[in-house]
Amino acid sequence: MVGIAAWGAYAPRLRLSRKAVTEANAWVAPNLRAKAKGERSMANWDEDALTMAVEAARDALGVTDEGRAGVDALYFASTTAPFVDRQNAGIVAAALTLEKAIASADVTGSQRCGLAALGQALAAVKGGSAARALVVAGEHRRARAASSQELDNGDGAAAFVVSAEAGAAEFLGRGSVTDDFVDHFRGADAGFDYSWEERWIRDEGIVKLVPPAVRAALQNAGLSPAEVTHFCFPSVFGGMAASLAKSLGIAPEAVRDNLALTLGEAGCAHGPLMLAHALEQAAPGDVVLVAQFGQGAEALVFRVTEAAAQAHPARGVTGSLLDRRAEENYLKFLTFNGLVEWDKGMRAEKDNKTALTTLYRNQDQILGLVGGRCRETGVVQFPRTRISVAPNNPAVDTQEPYRFAERRASVLSYSADYLTFSMSPPNHYGMIVFEGGGRIMMDITDVEPGEVDSGLPVKMVFRVKDVDEKRGFVRYFWKAAPDRAAIAAQAAQAAE
Amino acid sequence: MAKGIRDKVAILGMGCSKFGERWDAGPDDLMVEAYVEAMADAGIEPSQLDAAWFSTHVDELGTGKGGTPLSIALRLPNIAVTRVENFCASGSEAFRGAVYAVAAGAADIAIAVGVEKLKDTGYGGLPVGAPGTLAPQIIPNGSAPGNFAQLASAYRAKHGVSREDLKRAIAHVSVKSHANGAKNKKAHLQKAVTAEQVLNAPLIAEPLGLFDCCGVSDGAAAAIVTTPEIARSLGKRDLVTVKALQLSVSNGFESQYNGWDGSYFHTARIAAGKAYKEAGIERPREQISMMEVHDCFSITELVTMEDLFISPEGQGWRDVLDGFYDADGGLPCQIDGGLKCFGHPIGASGLRMLYEMYLQLQGRAGERQLKDPVFGMTHNLGGAPSSNVCSVAIIGQEGA
Repeated sequence: MVGIAAWGAYAPRLRLSRKAVTEANAWVAPNLRAKAKGERSMANWDEDALTMAVEAARDALGVTDEGRAGVDALYFASTTAPFVDRQNAGIVAAALTLEKAIASADVTGSQRCGLAALGQALAAVKGGSAARALVVAGEHRRARAASSQELDNGDGAAAFVVSAEAGAAEFLGRGSVTDDFVDHFRGADAGFDYSWEERWIRDEGIVKLVPPAVRAALQNAGLSPAEVTHFCFPSVFGGMAASLAKSLGIAPEAVRDNLALTLGEAGCAHGPLMLAHALEQAAPGDVVLVAQFGQGAEALVFRVTEAAAQAHPARGVTGSLLDRRAEENYLKFLTFNGLVEWDKGMRAEKDNKTALTTLYRNQDQILGLVGGRCRETGVVQFPRTRISVAPNNPAVDTQEPYRFAERRASVLSYSADYLTFSMSPPNHYGMIVFEGGGRIMMDITDVEPGEVDSGLPVKMVFRVKDVDEKRGFVRYFWKAAPDRAAIAAQAAQAAE
Repeated sequence: MAKGIRDKVAILGMGCSKFGERWDAGPDDLMVEAYVEAMADAGIEPSQLDAAWFSTHVDELGTGKGGTPLSIALRLPNIAVTRVENFCASGSEAFRGAVYAVAAGAADIAIAVGVEKLKDTGYGGLPVGAPGTLAPQIIPNGSAPGNFAQLASAYRAKHGVSREDLKRAIAHVSVKSHANGAKNKKAHLQKAVTAEQVLNAPLIAEPLGLFDCCGVSDGAAAAIVTTPEIARSLGKRDLVTVKALQLSVSNGFESQYNGWDGSYFHTARIAAGKAYKEAGIERPREQISMMEVHDCFSITELVTMEDLFISPEGQGWRDVLDGFYDADGGLPCQIDGGLKCFGHPIGASGLRMLYEMYLQLQGRAGERQLKDPVFGMTHNLGGAPSSNVCSVAIIGQEGA
C-alpha cells in the first residue's frame, strides 16, 4: 500500500526571542506585546528555503547510498524558492546527488503547496508513474519589521519519501478544495505579503473551506472524524485547530501542538512539519490527518504502521526542536533578512558573478560535494582530478566519483576572520579532514567565536555560499558545521 | 645532478625605495627610486644592461600586465623585459631569472626590479578576490591573515602548546621586528612596540591581532647582477655572491592529500634542504649569519624557524621567547624590520630581503650593522600554508 516510507525535518538552529522583537518595536507597535511569547526559528544568513529543504531531505534519506537509490521523482515545494525561473528542484537533486533520469517539479503558489506536492507524489506512486518519490518543502518568508507576520512566521523544512510499500504510514485518503479566497497575496515582484482582515479570513475562509477538504479526505479513507488521533492544522489564529476539530467532530485531544511557541509557522512547510512531528510521536494504528489552508485547502490522511518506529529520522522535528540556540539580537534577524541597509565595507564590493559554464562543468563537485577515489590506490581526494594527488602514485585517469557530504569530519586548522567580509562576522573557516581521507578548506557555519578548535567534529551542511545581488543569483556550496551529536558523544566518553 | 648556482653570480648593485603608504608616488615613481639607487651602486650605464626581470603581483591595481611598464618607467634601451609573478615570492622570482641569465652566459649584466603599489584600494589589507571562475564557488571567503592564522591552531594541537604561550611567542616575533624597524629609515613602520601593546591589539583573524600582521605597503626594490669576473673588471672588491636559489611549489599534497597536519610549510622544508645543499651549508643554525624570512604574519615567522631547520620542531616558540632571533641573539632575523615593519609591497619583497642581506654583507647597514656576517638567507613565501610557493636564497661573501 502506498505511503510514507521515511521522513525528515529541519529547523535552523537559531531561535529568535519574540520578546526581543516586541520590546524593540514597542514604540511603534505596542499591541504586538501580546505576541511576546516563545520563540521562532530564524534562518542563518546562509540558509534559505532550498538549503533547509536539502537538509530535511538528507534527514529523510539517511547517510547511506541505499537511502537515495531508486528515487525517481522529486517535488520541491516553497513559496520562497530562491529562483523563479531556474528549477529549484534541480538544485536539490544535484545537492543530493540523485540520478539524472528522474522526474522533478517545483510546486508553489500557495501556503498549501507543501501538502499539494505530497498529494501529487502519493498520486504518482499510486498511479504507477513513480516508484519512490521524494517530497521536500522549505520556507523562508520575509516579513516587514514590526509586523505580526515577523513574529508568527518561522523558517523550516520537511521531507518525505513516498513509495509503494508504505513503511511508516499508509496513505488513506486526500481531499482538496480550490477557491480563490485571497486572504493574502504576494505579487511576482513583491518582497512582502499583503493581508486582509483576520476575522474575515477566519470566519469566511478557514471555517468554510477547510472542513470540506477534511471531510472528503476522511470519506476517501473510509474513516469517521472520531477515528482521527492526530489532527495537524497550522494556523496563526489562536484556537483555530481546536475550533475546527470541534466543528468536524474530531476529538479535542487529537489536536496537535502547532509549534507556534517553539518554531513559528513555516509557511507551506508547516503542514508537512506538523505531519513529520506527528509521525515521530504516534503509535502504530494511529490515524494522522494533516490539513492546510491556502486559496482552498488540502487534507491528507495516514495510518501509522508498526514499522514507523524503525523509520524515525536521525533528527526529525524532535531533534530540530532540541538543537537550538537562543537569539536575542533582533537587529541580527533584520540584517540576515535584508531589512537593514548596513555598511558592509569595501571588501563586500567583490563581484560575485558566477560562470555558469564552470558551475555546470563542476556540478557534482560544487553542488554535490563529490570528489574522487583512485581505484588503484584507494586514495580519496577533493576535488576529483585527472592525476591522483597521492604523492608516490600520481595515477592518471583512475578517479571514481566519491561523495563527501555524508562523511564524518573534523577541523584540522581554522581561524575566525574579522577582516574578510562576512554576513555574520567573524567568518570561520578552516581545513576540514574527513574520516576515510580527503580534506577541504571550507567555511564553517553555525558557530560562535570560541567554539571552534582543531579536532572539533563537524558535519557537512548545504548552504548559500554567496549572493550576487547585482544579477540576482545565489551560489550554493557545502560548509562545515559542528557535529553536535559527535561532540556530545565525545564529551560523554571523556566523562567516563 | 645540477651543479647549482654557488658563486657563479655576483651582486653588482642594489636599490630599494622607501616603503610605506606612498600617497606621493605611483608605481613608476617607486621603480625609478629603486633603480636610480641600484644603478649608482653598480656604477654602470643603462646601455650596459642586457636583460631585465620585472616582478609585480596585483597587476590590475598597479602597473598593468607585461614588461612594458618597467621598460617605459626606466626608459630601458629596448632590452628584453620578462615580467614574472609568483604570489608574494614574485620578487625572488625576478632575481632568480636575472641570476640564471647571467649564469647561463645569456647576459653579462641583468637587472631585477620588483614593485607593488597597494595603497590605491581605498581600504587596509590586501585587495580581495579569488582566482578564476571555479575557486570563488568553492573556497572560503577568507583573507591572508585568516589563512595564515590557521597555522596557530594546528601548531598548538600538534605540539601541545597553550594558546597563551603561543600568543606570547608570536607577540615577541613582532616586538623584535618593531625594535629592528625603528632603526630603518626606509621602513614603513619605525616605531618600537611593547608585548603588552601587541597582546592587547584588536583581533584581525584569531589568534592574530593587528600587530601580528605585516604592513601593507607601496615600494620597489632592484638588484643588478653579473659574473664575479665582470664585477671585478668594473672595479668591485669584496664581492657578495649568490650561494643558493631554490623554489619549491605546492602540488596539492597539503590541500588535498592526507599527510599534512597544517602546522608547517611543506615547501619551505624542501626549498631549505636544497638551498643548504646548493650553498654547501651543513649546520644552518651555526653557519647562517642572519636571515630575512617571510614574516607576513608573526605565526608564519615562528613556524618558519623550524621549517628552515634552525629551531628543532616544536621548539621554535621557545627560541623566539629566548631572544635567539633578536638583533643581539644567536641568529638575527628581520634585522631590517622584516615584512612586519619594513613593509610588504608584494612584488618587491623578495628583493627587499636580499637588499638588507647585501647591505649587511657589505658592512653598509648603519646602526643595524651586524658583526662580520658571512651568509645571509632570505625566505620568500607566496600563497597560503595549504598551497604556496616558497623561495629560499642564500647570498654571502665570495669564496665563503
